[in-house]
Amino acid sequence: MDITLTLNGRTVVDRIDPDLLLIDFLRVHGCYSVKRGCETSNCGLCTVLMDGRPILSCSMLTARAAGHDIRTLEGLQEEAAGFAGFIADQGADQCGFCNPGFVMNTIALLREIPDPTDDEIRSYLAGNLCRCSGYEGQLRGIRSFLESRRKEGPHGA
Amino acid sequence: MEHKEYRSVNKSVRKKDSMQLLLGKPVYLDDIVPKDALTVKILRSPHANAIVESIDVSAARKVPGVVDVYTWQDVPTNRFTIAGQTWPEPSPYDRLILDRHVRFVGDAVAIIAAETEKAALTAQRLIRVTYQVLEPVLDFRTAKDNPVLVHPEADWFPPCPVGGDNRRNLVASDVSSDGDVDAVLADCDVVLERTYHTKAFNQAMMETFRTYTELDPYGRLHVISSTQIVFHCRRILSHALGIPKSRIRVEKPRIGGGFGAKQTAVCEVYPAFVTLRTGRPAKLIYSREESQIAGSPRHEMEIRIRLGADRDGRIRCVDLYTLSNTGAYGEHGPTTVGLSGHKSIPLYTGNLEAYRFGYDVVYTNLQASGAYRGYGATQGIYALETVVNELAEQLGMDPTVIRDKNMVREGMNMPAYYNEPANACALDRCMEHCRKMFGWEEKYPVRDMGNGKVRAAGVAMAMQGSCISRVDVGSATLKLCEDGSYNLIIGAADMGTGCDTILAQMAAECMDCDVDDVAVFGADTDASPYDSGSYASSTTYVTGKAVERACAGLKEKIRSIAARMLGCQPEETVFEGKRVRCIDGDRSVGLEEIAYRSQSFNNEAAQVTVSHSSPVSPPPFMVGMVEIELDKETGLVTVLDYMAVVDCGIPINPALARIQTEGGIVQGIGHTLTEDVLHDEKGRPVSSSFLQYKLPTRLDIGRLRVEFEHSHEPTGPFGAKSIGEIVINTPAPALTHAIYRATGVWHRELPITPEKIIRSTVNP
Amino acid sequence: MITIQNYVQAKSLEEAYCLNQKRNARVLGGMLWLKMARNAVGTAIDLCGLGLDTIEETPELFSIGAMVTLRQLELHPGLAAYTRGAAARAVRDIVGVQFRNMATVGGSVWGRFGFSDVLTFLMSADASVELHRGGIVPLEDFASMKYDDDILVRILIRKRPGAFAYQAMRNQRTDFPVLTCALSQVDGEYRAVLGARPARAMIVRDEKGLLADGITEESADAFAAYAAERTPTGSNSRAGAAYRTHLVRVLTRRGLMELGGTKIEK
Repeated sequence: MDITLTLNGRTVVDRIDPDLLLIDFLRVHGCYSVKRGCETSNCGLCTVLMDGRPILSCSMLTARAAGHDIRTLEGLQEEAAGFAGFIADQGADQCGFCNPGFVMNTIALLREIPDPTDDEIRSYLAGNLCRCSGYEGQLRGIRSFLESRRKEGPHGA
Repeated sequence: MEHKEYRSVNKSVRKKDSMQLLLGKPVYLDDIVPKDALTVKILRSPHANAIVESIDVSAARKVPGVVDVYTWQDVPTNRFTIAGQTWPEPSPYDRLILDRHVRFVGDAVAIIAAETEKAALTAQRLIRVTYQVLEPVLDFRTAKDNPVLVHPEADWFPPCPVGGDNRRNLVASDVSSDGDVDAVLADCDVVLERTYHTKAFNQAMMETFRTYTELDPYGRLHVISSTQIVFHCRRILSHALGIPKSRIRVEKPRIGGGFGAKQTAVCEVYPAFVTLRTGRPAKLIYSREESQIAGSPRHEMEIRIRLGADRDGRIRCVDLYTLSNTGAYGEHGPTTVGLSGHKSIPLYTGNLEAYRFGYDVVYTNLQASGAYRGYGATQGIYALETVVNELAEQLGMDPTVIRDKNMVREGMNMPAYYNEPANACALDRCMEHCRKMFGWEEKYPVRDMGNGKVRAAGVAMAMQGSCISRVDVGSATLKLCEDGSYNLIIGAADMGTGCDTILAQMAAECMDCDVDDVAVFGADTDASPYDSGSYASSTTYVTGKAVERACAGLKEKIRSIAARMLGCQPEETVFEGKRVRCIDGDRSVGLEEIAYRSQSFNNEAAQVTVSHSSPVSPPPFMVGMVEIELDKETGLVTVLDYMAVVDCGIPINPALARIQTEGGIVQGIGHTLTEDVLHDEKGRPVSSSFLQYKLPTRLDIGRLRVEFEHSHEPTGPFGAKSIGEIVINTPAPALTHAIYRATGVWHRELPITPEKIIRSTVNP
Repeated sequence: MITIQNYVQAKSLEEAYCLNQKRNARVLGGMLWLKMARNAVGTAIDLCGLGLDTIEETPELFSIGAMVTLRQLELHPGLAAYTRGAAARAVRDIVGVQFRNMATVGGSVWGRFGFSDVLTFLMSADASVELHRGGIVPLEDFASMKYDDDILVRILIRKRPGAFAYQAMRNQRTDFPVLTCALSQVDGEYRAVLGARPARAMIVRDEKGLLADGITEESADAFAAYAAERTPTGSNSRAGAAYRTHLVRVLTRRGLMELGGTKIEK
């Protein structure tokens, strides 16, 4: 079937199988940041934004995404770089395989709750598994990003 | 403790690859390999023990897009091991690429190569297999001398004498001791005899096993694999495929986590075989299910301890026996078990008069085990630390005080640790520090919070090693680039741990330059100097020392080239980082000039390769304390606060050492509370997905606090010891202890689920 | 993995209904469980174009479209006020935000999964389902109906004076529950809904009038014991039947105390 969707701001037209999952479509279209970590919708590695909302691209039919706006990390480099350096300063990137999904969901979190508490961070990101870092360094990174943004005021960062 | 002020070492610099990883750049295997590679899939056995009587692949072969399907009849018949270990491997040669005898649910039956994944999956469904189903051995307690043999084959071969016998389902067996155990035990006031059981926990790294293979322009087999062991992998493939090592090149891209899982060549042989047969590029990506059921998890162990002590809390004797379940194949079986005694008992060197450590490692018809962070020490420490807590509680002593009394201290010789000395040991300071920071005095007493909830605390110590002494080889090549920067080329594998960065920090420290001036490359068997690989807590300690020595060597070379330019003798020059100066006078040349000079009319390579090995394996030490809240009505355990103090010598990169510690603690929490390994009565795995195998989320872990106590290991680079493995060892015993404090019941099997807690207390 | 021959976004409920009469047709919910199925789907019917993705609140009722996500349920202020936060508590531990942005209320209810927090909560709220052909059916009846070829259109919660509490036990915070337990008092009627037993949720009513004089420690205890007696439990990989029965008692009592106004710490 033929579909059209917006991928990172550009219109993409393609002919697809009805059962093609969005994750596989995205990787074919060069969005290699989107990772598969399980087959059971449990790990959060494949998180992308659909119409601004974080979803699991492993569980989304491409056919269903037709007509919608899809953003992957490839299309949100600047927004991600704003806080990613703070995660890097903690060494919490580690193996990095969960990073794109985690970063995408953090973007969604910060858009939805601009100044989240630790508990809000933990619960918003609960669906993003990480086996390396023990999570605490990710939290410290986000916290120090928020701290630095607060110091810089509304015009900073 | 005082230590030198460094410029690059002991600094929390960012990992060299961190922004690439955080911004999702295509750096992993499946991001970088050609898209037209054949997809490889494995048909797996539904039976725990069976013989393939007949296999019909004709329908599968006819599926459009299927290139070929291979069965046991197509593969070489020489047995090999896929354990990544130095030759001769202690693990038995008990595998074929495809065996007619399948030995666990998930064992490989056929290999499918197809143009697309869909075609491969269709073919998988169309292969018709008739099995002669045999009775499996599923309980490892009954495996030894069981009439059912997991490996009855005549060509079973152990390259090393480790006490194994395939006619007895025995992979390895040994006893070692020091002193008269029976006499000391008879003389002790208290003897506790306890048995503990740990399961085959899964590493569950986020990137599953995966390998890509192709023929390079020279017709050689080029392997790109998510592996910790490029050199061992080359040898394993050579054995398995029957082709010379000179025809194989193995390299690794960025790795999405390993934790030891990728110290075994779990999936490499399959696509390699396909490429050799078809001449075409091939890739195999394991599903999460395959990683869960046909990977290389921890060895299930049952550990029986007799602990002898006096009423005053002096621990005088440890008699420890481990039964280890290696599963259907013997990877790492003979070696992991050794750590269950040799890296637990030495913690109590203080007053120890005698010890005995015996073990058996047995085959069963379950998934083969392998290497997992902690490598047997985790299981042994869980058992020993728990029995010591049981002793303290029985004697009415503070469990931290009983440890003060008995723990190994700096300068002691450790009989249970191959008689190696504890040259650097801050375990006593770790305990003091942790007690204070954690608030042990306030948290140790059980506190009733009302509404059925109580708070309680637990404690444990841990140790590990730093490398396999007299075996592991770490190497580094350092070469001067013409702008005065350096290339550091290694065979160790950064699997997310940050070893590329910490080795560059060491090089920068030695060469008096910025970390950014050291570009790191690794690992590739064609280009890297030999390294046994990243495992056994060896990279910082062994490869790090190789880097340090390579730097010393390169400085000599640079001075020698500079001396010719300056018209003096090399001994008369001083290396000053950016320049080399002649000691008499002001004449000097810059590094860039020297580098360019080395590229013109020069007979001395501005490059040095050093290999390093260590005769000792200095243990890092650690103390962990945990506070929990336990709901006595539901059995739910909530981790509130985990405090750890680690002695890894000098942390080369404190931020990364801290993250290693936090990550290890969370894995340990998972094994103790949420991750369970279950099979049905036919040996079929239940925990085969993340739906069933529950890793801790960030809501399950409470607050983590990590601090360091420095010591200075004289044989390590800059005084460093290891950090990667030890950090997983304290949660199981510390949590077991806290749960006892809260409920009055000792749980001697992991994981400790809410149901088990309730069953043991209120008998619903 | 599931395979799909045709994908159709239905233009009307009638079209969806007609398409769904074929044996290998499937209506898509959030796709989270369906994608793990190993069967071959002929026509996948998507209701996403039918405007069923909103929660409408009137003074009398909540009308929850089948395509409303669990995340919408979690964040809806009107539901939060009416259920005293129980609606959000029932879904907030389901995997993660991304998952709840996809999982649909219709999919959860249609599936009538044993592990369902959503079904447990909605049964406590005395919800009904609106089926395209079958009309409005009380959820309690729907929960025990066989799977058929009808189309679930929306879920209706009629507002009545009431109180709600939600309790669940999980071995790991975002895991399937070991037991779910929703308590409610609607129009004076107490009900305890027990799910993840591990079978489908069921209702225990106060048939013996144990709570007739209100909720006290003693009456809560008595009713909890009664619920434990009346609720069949079973075993699976997460827990055994005896432990579940124990939990029925503990969670029912806690839920009742919460219902009665005692603040239960989370």
